Amino acid sequence: MGDIASGLIFLVFALLTVFSAYLVVSSKNIVHSALFLALTFVGVAALYVLMNADFLAAVQLLVYGGAVAIMIVFGVMLTLRSGNAQNSNLDSRNALAGAIVSLLTFATLGLVVFTTEPWRKTVDLSATGTTTGDISWLMLTKYVVPFEVAAVLLLVAMVGAIILAKGVNDSK
Amino acid sequence: MPQFGSDIFLLIANWIRGLFGANTYAADVVMDIVKFIMIYVVLVLAVMVFVMLERKVCAWMQLRVGPNRLGPRGWGQIIGDMIKLMGKEDFRPDNVDKWPWALAPMFFLGITIMVFAVLPFGRGMVPVDLDLGIFYILAISALSVLPVVTAGWASNNKYSLLGGMRSVAQMISYEIPLVFSLLGVVMITQTFKTSAIVEAQQHVWFVLLQPIGFVVYVIAAMAEINRAPFDLIEAESEFGCGYFTEYSGLRFGLFYLAEYANLFLISAVAATVFLGGWQGPFLPGWLWFAIKVLFMVFLIMWFRWTFPRFRVDQLMHFGWKVLLPLSLANIVLTGVGIYVYQLIFPGIGG
Repeated sequence: MGDIASGLIFLVFALLTVFSAYLVVSSKNIVHSALFLALTFVGVAALYVLMNADFLAAVQLLVYGGAVAIMIVFGVMLTLRSGNAQNSNLDSRNALAGAIVSLLTFATLGLVVFTTEPWRKTVDLSATGTTTGDISWLMLTKYVVPFEVAAVLLLVAMVGAIILAKGVNDSK
Repeated sequence: MPQFGSDIFLLIANWIRGLFGANTYAADVVMDIVKFIMIYVVLVLAVMVFVMLERKVCAWMQLRVGPNRLGPRGWGQIIGDMIKLMGKEDFRPDNVDKWPWALAPMFFLGITIMVFAVLPFGRGMVPVDLDLGIFYILAISALSVLPVVTAGWASNNKYSLLGGMRSVAQMISYEIPLVFSLLGVVMITQTFKTSAIVEAQQHVWFVLLQPIGFVVYVIAAMAEINRAPFDLIEAESEFGCGYFTEYSGLRFGLFYLAEYANLFLISAVAATVFLGGWQGPFLPGWLWFAIKVLFMVFLIMWFRWTFPRFRVDQLMHFGWKVLLPLSLANIVLTGVGIYVYQLIFPGIGG
């Protein structure tokens, strides 16, 4: 009985994710696109929960939820010069270019998925017993170098943003 | 040790489970529904008390009279206000963006209610005791900026849009110190689980171990839920009512309910993480929790009615140049403290 319920829940969220992802590209209003993008992210987070990746789901909401709000702000500030919100997402008309790019992306991802063996890797959850504990354990032992490199990358981005915002003092 | 009256809700829960006998799946489903309804009932009752308390506290602080006509000492006023709000016309201004405008207040309240699922209301009274606990609270709360900015944009009103734009700047800036201020406690307890964090405070409350974290949390949380002195996104004297200028009737009521539900939420998180949750002598756990939540609510109301509003540039300076370094320093200090503690008492934690 629990299996049927989780299957139904998966179906609902999978349909929600795909349908709102379609509306992101087809909507003519840039703010509507951004809101559907938020719905897509929520759907993906729900799918993560169904795969027992609860930490990943929470990160998905925390990081991408706030990012969508910023996208709306930029969407409003950069596109509404003409004052007509109904036609602010004009790039959604380029069907041919969009089709080529999405086909290439789909082919690449499909290739990677079908050549990966085994299909489903089960990570040993014995270290701490919770997904959060295991992820932090792996990040600070096996993957400590990529973790630190990503941290340095973020630091560089932050310093760059501050310099862009403040400007360089030329009067030496 | 059975405490006086502490298990009344657990007894009810066990009685409901007993009705289903061996069919644990049905019992789980029914218990989930009961918990869901209980969260709603507690929330609505608490909001009614908080709204009246706010009016009484502000009247007391500012030497005003406050509501004193309907019912004993005016406490019936809230019932009258609710009936008035529900009787109002569902008015939609022309040229609003229909669906986002209509859905924004519902999502705002819904997101807030979702967070209540992991709060420990008493001993063994966590509706859903997730491993992620605190992190779940932060992740869901991060979404609550979206309905605000959507409401501001969809209202098709320049004041609403300005309020929505300010909400993005304010809520995203103050989210960072909010997350970091809770991290110190997570480092000490080594868990996100809310019930485990309360258990860990049996001997000493974390407000004593993490005083900087507590102060940063209260300030950042007040900014996060847009309460005065951080109510820049609905500053009446600057632009009407900010993001909900165009809302009236029950839709405005939903925003109002969500605002006080958020007040309940940050007080409850403060009580859980810093003030020992349901831990306390003599009284039952849920009563201790209620007392601590009411104390936090009173504290935040006190701030609201005695501080003037921030200016928008002061707000950003304070968030990025004071609160953020302070919370980062708190994390470093906590890490060094834990390391020294483990050197002195080897074998504990780690």
